[in-house]
Amino acid sequence: MKKEGLLNKTWFRYILNAACILLLFGLISILVSSGVVNRYQAMILIPVGYNIILATSLNLATGFLGQLPLGHAGFMSVGGYASALFSMAVDWPAAIEFPVALLIGGLVAAVFGMIIGLPALRLKGDYLAIITLGFGEIIRVIILNLKFTGGAFGLRGIENHTTLTSTFVWVVISLFVIFALIKSRHGRAIIAIRENEIATESVGISTTYYKMVAFSVSAFFAGIAGGLCAHYLTLLNAGDFGFMRSVEILVMVVLGGMGSIIGSVVAAIVLTLLPELLRGFSEYRLIIYSLLLVIMMIFRPSGLFGRYDFSLSNSLLKIKGKITNSSRKKGATHHES
Amino acid sequence: MNHESVQNNSAYILDVTNLGIDFGGLQALDDFNIQVKDREIVGLIGPNGAGKTTIFNLLTSVYQPSRGNIQVTGRSTKGKTPHEVSQFGIARTFQNIRLFKNISVIDNVKIALHNGMKYSMLSAILRLPSYWREEKAATKLALELLAVFNMQDLADQPAGSLPYGAQRRLEIVRALATNPKVLLLDEPAAGMNPSETAELMSTIRDIRDQFNMAIVLIEHDMSLVMGICERILVLNYGLIIAQGTPEEIKNSPVVIEAYLGQQRGE
Ligand SMILES: Nc1ncnc2c1ncn2[C@@H]1O[C@H](COP(=O)(O)OP(=O)(O)OP(=O)(O)O)[C@@H](O)[C@H]1O
Ligand SMILES: [Mg+2]
Repeated sequence: MKKEGLLNKTWFRYILNAACILLLFGLISILVSSGVVNRYQAMILIPVGYNIILATSLNLATGFLGQLPLGHAGFMSVGGYASALFSMAVDWPAAIEFPVALLIGGLVAAVFGMIIGLPALRLKGDYLAIITLGFGEIIRVIILNLKFTGGAFGLRGIENHTTLTSTFVWVVISLFVIFALIKSRHGRAIIAIRENEIATESVGISTTYYKMVAFSVSAFFAGIAGGLCAHYLTLLNAGDFGFMRSVEILVMVVLGGMGSIIGSVVAAIVLTLLPELLRGFSEYRLIIYSLLLVIMMIFRPSGLFGRYDFSLSNSLLKIKGKITNSSRKKGATHHES
Repeated sequence: MNHESVQNNSAYILDVTNLGIDFGGLQALDDFNIQVKDREIVGLIGPNGAGKTTIFNLLTSVYQPSRGNIQVTGRSTKGKTPHEVSQFGIARTFQNIRLFKNISVIDNVKIALHNGMKYSMLSAILRLPSYWREEKAATKLALELLAVFNMQDLADQPAGSLPYGAQRRLEIVRALATNPKVLLLDEPAAGMNPSETAELMSTIRDIRDQFNMAIVLIEHDMSLVMGICERILVLNYGLIIAQGTPEEIKNSPVVIEAYLGQQRGE
């Protein structure tokens, strides 16, 4: 069973991944600072970033827990407003104020996640979808009617804190936390609920507890994404976080593959860039989304990546295996492998 | 934990008195009593629809009883959820297999080792030493448990891709992983061929000896029931109609009548 070689060593895999992340960040910085990618083009990478966070965090509740919440934009707006109101109220150096504001946004969203989750998670399937959908709409209406959120005029004058770097860092943190959670006894409990709730209970796991965990972690990162969004746009409109926004995030998850983190990342990148590339078509965005979904459901119902999860080391191992195999074949010695 | 309730109770692993449940107008089970001692193997037989699976569902709190009491390792299961009762030391397999189909065989077992591990969510996210240590130990233990049925080579397969018999065996391994004091097997030999059944029979005995647990099993395969059970309870229409040693049951006119009556009706 024991496999040898550096690529099979856990510590080496972690270092390899860290190196690639740094490399990617270096590459982006160089492209931006050298002017190959202009400022406008670079800015689009920020929505790409927070959409990645939104899609992967929703995937935790849909793909891994196996529920269908439709209020992700609601958690995003709660987090966005909470962090914006905080950063507007205090006057600390940005390096401290911004991370604290984001964490507050995440925590407030997580608390809302728990409040909604407690009753909603007793229900299943369509019922959960309807309750969370209702929640998203209620949040929107409440924000529209409150004074301190700016009401229908929106919240204006939010400090512009979100940079490419901070977005990148939070994307990495979110991906790592969700990945690390999934690959642990806690994440396995969450996946077990998706697979069979009765069997999960029968081996001594509280399904209620782990549903709440998945739901609030999912909401937490939606809140972080909301904070990044707020401090990027510098104004918030409750109307932007309605049902359609939740559906857009869900489309990313479904297209990428429920239960595949790499799928959510790729789908978030493509579906954020696509409308930008097809500027003229942006009014038809929703039509394109629906079409994509229909086509997808017909040809690849489990999403682009299914439940596949990318591992750099495993891919390298496969490539290595292919190379050694083909060189073996040249030597005309058939090996059973 | 609750010390008193553990101490002042019987030596029985499983102590059930006057258990009953109604589904609407149907009395699916009534006046059911059973006391199971440490390391005992008890058989539960009866025609289809007699209420056998219902008993397992009551013992594991999947259903709450309409009447009666259940004590698992000295603790009452009244009002407890299935996962709480599991932690009292009872584990089960399902008549209609309930594996975590889309994930690997070894992860099916590791999920059941959940409470055997203690590292927190924060330790997992920060990948602290406790995470690495306990995960490594769990993987090793899971492989050892799979080895009970010689399944360690299947560890990386998705559970749903296994043949039927192997899925039944994996359910038993998963149940063992919760470290129970009493193991409930619901038709473990269903769908197995005679040689698989014979092998299962000797493995069940080994499990009892190796892990020191009591076993209650529901089974239609009489060779298995008569071969390994020390005591058999016969159920019909939700009532115990006979109990005794395999010899006594084989020759009981009531039991023969119940089975023949059913065959005539079919
Ligand atoms: N949740 C339920 N709601 C209503 N009726 C039920 C429920 N569960 C079981 N029953 C009924 O209780 C009776 C006993 O069912 P049970 O599944 O315990 O039978 P069994 O002895 O396990 O039979 P088999 O050998 O076919 O598995 C049946 O008449 C069944 O229809
Ligand atoms: Mg049954």
